[in-house]
Amino acid sequence: MEPPAEMVHWLFATGLLLLGLFLLAEVVVGPEVWRARRWRAYLWPGLAFVMGLFMWPVMAFYTNSAIHMYAHGSWAQVLMLAGGAELGLVHGRLTSKWWHLTMPLAFAVTGTAFLVHEQNRWYFARSAFLHHVLGWTFLVAAVIPLVLVFRPRAIVLRSAFALTFVVLACMLYCDRDLAPVFGHLSPLAGVPHR
Amino acid sequence: MQSTYARDVLVVRRTWRAQAISLLGPLTIAAGFVWAIAQPYRITLLHPHHQGFWWLAVEAPLLVVFAGLFFAFVIARPLLADLEEAHGTAR
Repeated sequence: MEPPAEMVHWLFATGLLLLGLFLLAEVVVGPEVWRARRWRAYLWPGLAFVMGLFMWPVMAFYTNSAIHMYAHGSWAQVLMLAGGAELGLVHGRLTSKWWHLTMPLAFAVTGTAFLVHEQNRWYFARSAFLHHVLGWTFLVAAVIPLVLVFRPRAIVLRSAFALTFVVLACMLYCDRDLAPVFGHLSPLAGVPHR
Repeated sequence: MQSTYARDVLVVRRTWRAQAISLLGPLTIAAGFVWAIAQPYRITLLHPHHQGFWWLAVEAPLLVVFAGLFFAFVIARPLLADLEEAHGTAR
């Protein structure tokens, strides 16, 4: 009854794409106009939180191994923490700027989890390749939200932060359960389908 | 004279911002369509026989189109109105 794993990746890619579009729009119009309507201020932190919530069923139903369970579980936790912290900051319940550190933490944990739970080498199959690329991208890109904590109004950094989500979405959309990558596919991976 | 210049600068700034917001949704939709044309076999609805529910419900290029449509109609429209209003207030 569960959808194939690649479809779960595509659904999360759609969430990341929307996150990127929201953040990009906020950069374009500026935070004052973006927050002119209250609901809009909650939009991207709320989406991040909801994506964290949806990560729990992924953890429960796609448990190929213990390491998969730990990876998906830790994503769920850090996504909900980062989304929740941003929601608290927008609402005014949280006031310390240090709560923004939850976002680079989410990036770092996500990147590490991607790398740790991918047991195959880069060119084993497309999904393995993408897991490695996604992991390293998350880890390197964690610098952006980290610097944003100290320079929250920097247009270049905010644009880079938004575009990071768009790039990550593109990577996730490329994911297939069983497909070659640059002509490489391990015979151990199985027979590719459409 | 100065106020006219300031107004012109504001109009130009608002214009590019409004254009950028107006373009984000259609560009995303176009990206989804280009993908669908480049890889038509990803659109299972074009050959729906013997396909299960998930293969018919979740099709990656259509998800991109959906994201663009959602942004264009739910986010961009009220955002453009607010941008216009902010511009009016600044004037």
